[in-house]
Amino acid sequence: MNDAPPLLQMSSITKTFPGVTALADVNLVVRTGEIHAICGENGAGKSTLMKILSGVHPYGTYSGDIVYQGEQVRFGDIRASEHAGIVIIHQELALVPGMSITENIFLGNEPRRRGAIDWKGARRRVVELMEQVGLKEDPDTLIKDIGVGKQQLVEIAKAFAKDVRLLILDEPTAALNEADSRHLLDLLREFKRQGITSIIISHKLNEIEAIADSITILRDGRTIETLDVRVDGVNEDRIVRGMVGRELSSRFPDRTPAIGEVFFEVRDWTVRHPISTERLVCKNSSFNVRRGEIVGFAGLMGAGRTELAMSLFGRSYGVWLGGHVYKDGKEIQLKSVADAIKHGLAYVSEDRKAIGLNLLDDIKSSIVAAKLSKISRHGVIDQVKEHRVAEEYRNSLRVKAPTVDEGVIKLSGGNQQKVVLAKWMFTDPDLLILDEPTRGIDVGAKYEIYGIIQRLAEQGKGVIVISSELPELIGLCDRVYTVFEGTITGNVPRRDADPELLMKQMTSTKKMPTP
Amino acid sequence: MSRYQDLKKNLFGGTTSNARQFGMIFTLVAIVLLFQVLTNGLTLTSGNLIAVVSQYSYILILAIGMLMVIVAGHIDLSVGSVAAFTGIVVAKAIQQFDLPWPAAVAFGLLVGVVIGAWQGFWVAYVGVPAFIVTLAGMLLFRGGNQFIGNADTVPVPQGFRTIGAGFLPEVGPDTGYNNLTLLLGLAACVAVVWREWRARQVRQEMSAEPTPMWVSGVRLAVMVGVIVFATLRFAGGRVGTSLPVSGIILAVLVLAYSFYTRNTIGGRHIYAVGGNARAAELSGVKLQRVNFFVMMNMSVLAALAGMIFVARSAASGPQDGLSWELDAIAAVFIGGAAVSGGLGTISGSIIGGLVMALLNNGLQLMGVGSDLVQIIKGLVLLLAVALDVYNKSQGRFSVIGSIMRPFRREGPPVAAQAESRDETDKAPAVG
Repeated sequence: MNDAPPLLQMSSITKTFPGVTALADVNLVVRTGEIHAICGENGAGKSTLMKILSGVHPYGTYSGDIVYQGEQVRFGDIRASEHAGIVIIHQELALVPGMSITENIFLGNEPRRRGAIDWKGARRRVVELMEQVGLKEDPDTLIKDIGVGKQQLVEIAKAFAKDVRLLILDEPTAALNEADSRHLLDLLREFKRQGITSIIISHKLNEIEAIADSITILRDGRTIETLDVRVDGVNEDRIVRGMVGRELSSRFPDRTPAIGEVFFEVRDWTVRHPISTERLVCKNSSFNVRRGEIVGFAGLMGAGRTELAMSLFGRSYGVWLGGHVYKDGKEIQLKSVADAIKHGLAYVSEDRKAIGLNLLDDIKSSIVAAKLSKISRHGVIDQVKEHRVAEEYRNSLRVKAPTVDEGVIKLSGGNQQKVVLAKWMFTDPDLLILDEPTRGIDVGAKYEIYGIIQRLAEQGKGVIVISSELPELIGLCDRVYTVFEGTITGNVPRRDADPELLMKQMTSTKKMPTP
Repeated sequence: MSRYQDLKKNLFGGTTSNARQFGMIFTLVAIVLLFQVLTNGLTLTSGNLIAVVSQYSYILILAIGMLMVIVAGHIDLSVGSVAAFTGIVVAKAIQQFDLPWPAAVAFGLLVGVVIGAWQGFWVAYVGVPAFIVTLAGMLLFRGGNQFIGNADTVPVPQGFRTIGAGFLPEVGPDTGYNNLTLLLGLAACVAVVWREWRARQVRQEMSAEPTPMWVSGVRLAVMVGVIVFATLRFAGGRVGTSLPVSGIILAVLVLAYSFYTRNTIGGRHIYAVGGNARAAELSGVKLQRVNFFVMMNMSVLAALAGMIFVARSAASGPQDGLSWELDAIAAVFIGGAAVSGGLGTISGSIIGGLVMALLNNGLQLMGVGSDLVQIIKGLVLLLAVALDVYNKSQGRFSVIGSIMRPFRREGPPVAAQAESRDETDKAPAVG
């Protein structure tokens, strides 16, 4: 396969933004019919490179050459690159929720017959396209009524409608559960058989290892190397070494757990969906957390882990139907977020941009936002104190920013996550619930976040980690609860935790005996 | 860094609040000077300055409340009608029950509270968009004004007129100036110096790089100069005039609300709600309470503005407060607030309001008809914001942004800037 002629050759690409060089002399060679992965930490230049290729950064704003299908190309905008058969699918899907699958697939590309849209022809074509991507839905279904996994397939079908020759996927599985991810990867293999070339950008190294034919690694805006998977015998550690410049001895910091007695307990927690009165998102869930313990919650997407966490955190989700919460042996009432904060709970949401941070804020006011009373007297904020507190957290969590006056929107994902963690550490919680704490964060920052989580546990706090990545839960947690369709189906101590067992309990209604 | 850049950074991009204050006064002076030249010196006469203050103070009072409403992510279209309604209710009450004027003012504010509670209830607790609630309020209270007043004017007595048309009394020795205004000017100078000193201290406590002494000096000299000039103008008008009482009310409100929005928990919560309501809620902010408060506060300020207007024109009429909401909203947006909420400052809105007021005033002095004045004001609003939006989308220098940046909380990102930042933010070393 690697002897095939190159479909795409980007050579000596250099791109500068005012004050910074984002890409310096980058080279990328993608051969026809292969799956080519691009790896690198956040800020390594992956997205910038793809934006140049797809014409978002038009010809003239960068230097270097792009040769595509043997010809030099100069894309002035996205339309030009799409016309040439290069389609990029972004992490944030570009679909209109209130429109049907058919309407979305042909949005901006509507087939016309005598001036009017030819819906009949469009639907016929959509059925073909959906078959091609393995999507079984009524073409008239609205986008908002199907899951993220299927939405992703609609995006791909949309790309096919444009006669794609080079498909670029930016973090395609970041929001997908295991089953959907697997389906997507199978689909990429199928495309390969049909002769379609793909470029995939992903932080999930195990997926890359499984699917890629070659891997180009970027670091600090430079091409480090291109690995041929068949020849070079690539594994995850090998990729990580290229990305960070050295071997990672361990992906989790060392820790000897010091676990105390049970201090937080939830019994028979039952919550229903906010709109659908029939649907229970938590069914008689009971669990506990010990002091100094890191407890994981494993489950497929939609299993109800986030719903459980948010309903506990001051009834921020759904309608509470029953259940009790005990802290230090006494029952506590958590009817509002203020109650929850007062009782020492903290919830770090899975979507820091949408509901975790005010992106208009600077670092310092973000950090103190959940407990302003701690730096105030009679409702007046002491700005010197605020500044000092923020500086402390910036140093201790190593937030990369010149000052605490910097806007959080300018920070990378990992640093934003540190700010959110600081915000909740500032509330002096006894129990932190961290929902997907490392989503969309690169390897180096992940390691640091793990370190922070472990330090919190060492201070005697209880930590709940909700994660869709099983290796993360197994590497980090002292105990893992599995959740399936709103029911807690297992409680697995660290020594027994392995991916197969967890996966089995995550996908079965049968309640496992508690070990 | 050259001295010039140093000055620029400290005066406009500096992080201390004094740099912001200074940048603001500078902007204002530039606009005043423009019209001073265009009107052959009429703009800065004592008589004109006093007229501008008493003519626009109620719009600026509305701009204060409107800023908070817009920052929280809402809008209030009813303020003109609420002002008119309060005016007629108060005028009628005085006429019928012979209320002494302080009681009348208190009664008027109470009317504002009740109206505010009504609108706040629908917005915060029922969840009807403020646009709809206040559109309804606009009709409701305009109709209410005409219903109660029988679509007629109702005069108010002399005492009540003080808040709109009153001046400070002449006391003390004959200096040729209004002595109380002089005292106010002196107090303002002292306050400015004290604030500069405090700001330097705070910077030191934050162990930030101290502002160079000479920058503080220049800044103080200019600020004090402006205050002294304004004081002499306001104090040196026709005998019996001074800084209008309505101007003093406005100044007190500006100071109080600036402090509230910038330095208190309540103020922070308004910005949090406007910036990201869900995130604010999950941080323990009581969303409903904040929304209720900003809507209620707006109506109370509208009631106050209505009373000041009635006092100034000596009677309440059916056409009072027409299209005030639009002037207030324009002031807030020219002052750099974001349409989607979460950004904006009181001082910026006041600047925006003064820009509109001086434009209006200057054009009138030049003899431009009210038809053309409206056209020009509309174009200025559109162009000012459009130029800003355009420059921002091009990642270039933003005129309004650069003027208003010192007053803003962290502004929305310039696309290219955010991106380049992302690229430079290399992942930390792995241990």
